[in-house]
Amino acid sequence: MTFLKTLTGASALALLAGMAAAQTDITVAIQLEPPNLDPTGGAAQAIDSVLYSNVFEGLTRFMADGSVVPGLAESWEISDDGLTYTFTLRDGVTFHDGTTMDAEDVKFSLDRINAEDSANAQKKLFANITDVSVVDPQTVAVTLDQPNGMMLFNLAWGDAVIVAPESIENIATNPVGTGPFKFDDWVQGDRIEMSAYDGYWGDKPALTEATFRFISDPTAAFAAVMAEDVDAFVGFPAPENLPQFEADPRFQVLNGNTEGETILSTNNKMPPFDDVRVRKAVAHAIDRQAIIDGAMFGLGTPIGTHFAPHNPDYVDLIGNSQHDPELAKKLLAEAGYADGFTTTLKLPPPSYARRGGEIIAAQLREVGITAEISNLEWAQWLEEVFKGKDFGLSIVSHTEPMDIAIYANPDYYFQYDNAEFQALMDELNATTDPEGRSALLAKAQTIISEDYVNGYLFELAVSTVAKAGLQGLWLNQPTAAVDLTGVSWAE
Amino acid sequence: MRRNLIFGALLSVIFLLAALLSFIWTPFDIESLDIANKLKPPSGAHWLGTDHFGRDILSMIMMGARTSIAVAVVAVGIGIILGVPLGLWAAAGKGSWLDELIMRGNDLIFAFPSLVIAILITAVFGASAVNAIIAIGIFNIPVFARLSRGAALSLWERDFILAARVAGKSAFRISWEHILPNITSLMIVQGTIQFSLGILAEAALSYIGLGAQPPTASWGRMLADAQTLVSIAPHTALVPGFAIVLMVLGLNLMGDGLRDWLDPRLRVTRV
Repeated sequence: MTFLKTLTGASALALLAGMAAAQTDITVAIQLEPPNLDPTGGAAQAIDSVLYSNVFEGLTRFMADGSVVPGLAESWEISDDGLTYTFTLRDGVTFHDGTTMDAEDVKFSLDRINAEDSANAQKKLFANITDVSVVDPQTVAVTLDQPNGMMLFNLAWGDAVIVAPESIENIATNPVGTGPFKFDDWVQGDRIEMSAYDGYWGDKPALTEATFRFISDPTAAFAAVMAEDVDAFVGFPAPENLPQFEADPRFQVLNGNTEGETILSTNNKMPPFDDVRVRKAVAHAIDRQAIIDGAMFGLGTPIGTHFAPHNPDYVDLIGNSQHDPELAKKLLAEAGYADGFTTTLKLPPPSYARRGGEIIAAQLREVGITAEISNLEWAQWLEEVFKGKDFGLSIVSHTEPMDIAIYANPDYYFQYDNAEFQALMDELNATTDPEGRSALLAKAQTIISEDYVNGYLFELAVSTVAKAGLQGLWLNQPTAAVDLTGVSWAE
Repeated sequence: MRRNLIFGALLSVIFLLAALLSFIWTPFDIESLDIANKLKPPSGAHWLGTDHFGRDILSMIMMGARTSIAVAVVAVGIGIILGVPLGLWAAAGKGSWLDELIMRGNDLIFAFPSLVIAILITAVFGASAVNAIIAIGIFNIPVFARLSRGAALSLWERDFILAARVAGKSAFRISWEHILPNITSLMIVQGTIQFSLGILAEAALSYIGLGAQPPTASWGRMLADAQTLVSIAPHTALVPGFAIVLMVLGLNLMGDGLRDWLDPRLRVTRV
């Protein structure tokens, strides 16, 4: 009996102790599991979601509001001709394996992006870096072949994080970076674990341990949050369930915006979509608000071009493609498709695509276009649509920030080839003054909107469901990231 | 016992009529969406409420019944048309290498978990109602082949078959003229059971997205779509769920009743 008493006493004490100290571990769920753990060698957004600013850091970095601030580079100087960037690196930065991060590592990382066999998904962003030279261990000079107003922004991307030659070989399964968290374990198909890195150069995060879990099924996601198996779900997949979480005092719901332009991707080389009148007809056949209400339960901002509405340079071009089925029919008749035509509509798994696809198919049917839906898994979608370009229509959200330049690449999967636009992008890259850039960006947005390259639907919203006491999570997703640096539990 | 038959037949006929009616009339057009009226509970205008796209669920159920029944009918048809002749052929050549080949082939198909293979077939050849029919149909073949072989074997021992053989009829003619008519009732009973399994299999395939593709209505996909809506609009899941339950229950009761009514062995014991 005494033994039992002592035992209960001890456990009560332990319980009290546990309650007194704030919780310092977190389990975050995201929908997709990263295919590998190399942000510099994979296009999957999930890689950045897990690793960006947690495990890996770049010379500059994005903050929660989308601003670009110094990262591993403490400061920089830009030469008057805009061609040379001299970065001063922070002191005392070490990789998780104990090696020092210095100018050699920066040179290695940037040279690796531009290497011939580079697998970097955003190679084009860094193509005009001609030379990276080590001035001294704390100073790096980056030389460009022409001024690039976006360089500091581009360097903040997850694709430009600093890696070490010592650990590069196993980066895909054992990432070693300079961030506040070091990678511990990856149980494929289930979770990734990381813990605070003692030797971190900056402010220590409040959390000591973090686990990322991958739950793709919306029903399972709902159950996991309800059962409090996860502390937060970033990018909750079922918008219809959010009101329930909002009404529940155990949870908080953050509805933010992303850089994801959700578009009806159109194969510009495949007849009949090579005719601008047909593309215009498709654009007028679509009722954006119905898609936002039906597929996203009202979350999302309508867009009229490929640009984020919360960006100051956004031009509202929705007027170019108002819902007008009669005009759509007239345009189809002009193009010689008075009786409509049949095409494919290939949909990846997210609900914006699957549900949005059903709605768009119904709207297209009203103007006589038959869109045959086929539902694809991501791997199939990448193979058939993105690489194979074997599609008529598709729906996908382009989540990269400031990615209007993809329209200058005629080999990109929707195959838009316009010399005027390509020249405009070159001009934009060479322009550094903000006003000039705004004007060029406005022109670029107008060109693709008036060319009806794709059907512009809405800016994807991101919803985060978290336990009530959790603070410091990003509201918006200026880049794909679940930055845990500033996350903590309320006392 | 007759009660089962009547009740089962009644349920099945209701769904059959609903499916047939959907060819000429449904309360609402399910191809046009009415997002503003989504997730409405049952009301005077929409007897069974509306789904997440504002479509009338009653109309969806009628169109879905058509899909389910069409898939199941053709799948059972494949099973009977291919399975029964195989079974009769095997029975006629009992013990020969042909019998062995047919029956071991059937065992091979039987040994596979049917739904997993159906998933494989639709994953490889693409998700569509036609592929779902083929996938379900293939697994009906050994069911009918085995059943008809077993029944035929016992018939082959009977005196009237002996008489037919003495009269010089070929094995083919004996199978066709004497054996087939005698196993018909057995096949009808089994057909009803397989029919209900076919409906379930179609619903299962559609549920995981491998059956009929939108905009074709399908009960399984209605369930899948309603999955995350259960807590806010329960009718979206309950209605297709009950439709599947009632249809399968009806067919099973009807199958049971038919067996009692048609099976000669049971009839003998009753007398």
